[in-house]
Amino acid sequence: MEQIPILKVGRCLLVSIQIDMHDKLALALQDDLTQKLVETRARGVLIDISALDLVDSFIGRMLSNIAAMARVLDAETVVVGMRPQVAITLVELGLTLTGIQTALDVDRGLALINRLIDAEGDDGAGGAH
Amino acid sequence: MQVERTSTLEVRTPEDVVKVRQEVRNRTAVVGFSLVDQTKFVTAASEIARNTIDHGGGGQARVETILLAGRRGVRLTFEDQGPGIASIELAMQDGYSTGGGLGMGMPGSKRLSNEFYVESTLGKGTKVTLVRWKSG
Repeated sequence: MEQIPILKVGRCLLVSIQIDMHDKLALALQDDLTQKLVETRARGVLIDISALDLVDSFIGRMLSNIAAMARVLDAETVVVGMRPQVAITLVELGLTLTGIQTALDVDRGLALINRLIDAEGDDGAGGAH
Repeated sequence: MQVERTSTLEVRTPEDVVKVRQEVRNRTAVVGFSLVDQTKFVTAASEIARNTIDHGGGGQARVETILLAGRRGVRLTFEDQGPGIASIELAMQDGYSTGGGLGMGMPGSKRLSNEFYVESTLGKGTKVTLVRWKSG
């Protein structure tokens, strides 16, 4: 079965979406990420969408859901690399991507995640050990 | 109005939605839409194709290249034989949803199109037509 790989890099999970996802694949990614966050106790999720030529309401909702569930699991989510034409379309479609932080590229995204984690303190408020 | 090219696709599975997106992407690119306009119309197509499955129980999509008074455009027609839409007025409101979605599909797709028509008969089905013209 097709699957989108999730890599652990430092304190972060890194996902790069390289294909036009159908809805079931998007849902599978959401589940896989939750599972991986619990397994690895990562503190951040970086999602690279620079290869995506479309973000419709379903993919937008998936991104918001990932950010929400990562929040619950004490992790920060940053989406990077959105193409300009995708951003323009999202706004006209009416999607706001609630709770999602964005950065221009992977380098800036990682820097942002590390700042967010450090600001919170490495032990986290919930203190899962 | 002249129809220059037509293709018809089945819209029954999530994979079919991806195929509709690809067909609309190719067609708008061939007609010469800008990258932004391609993306807008592909996104509109994706929303309505998903509605055809989720609310209409599946159906067909027709993708046409049209020519009117020297202007080229792409027309999309989504037809299903589902339960129909009880209130088109409500369905066109931002944030209104009967399917657990965000309620962005219909009003958002209208904003992403130049022309947008909905015909629906309860118990018979729904037909949604979207047109976008090449600008410039």
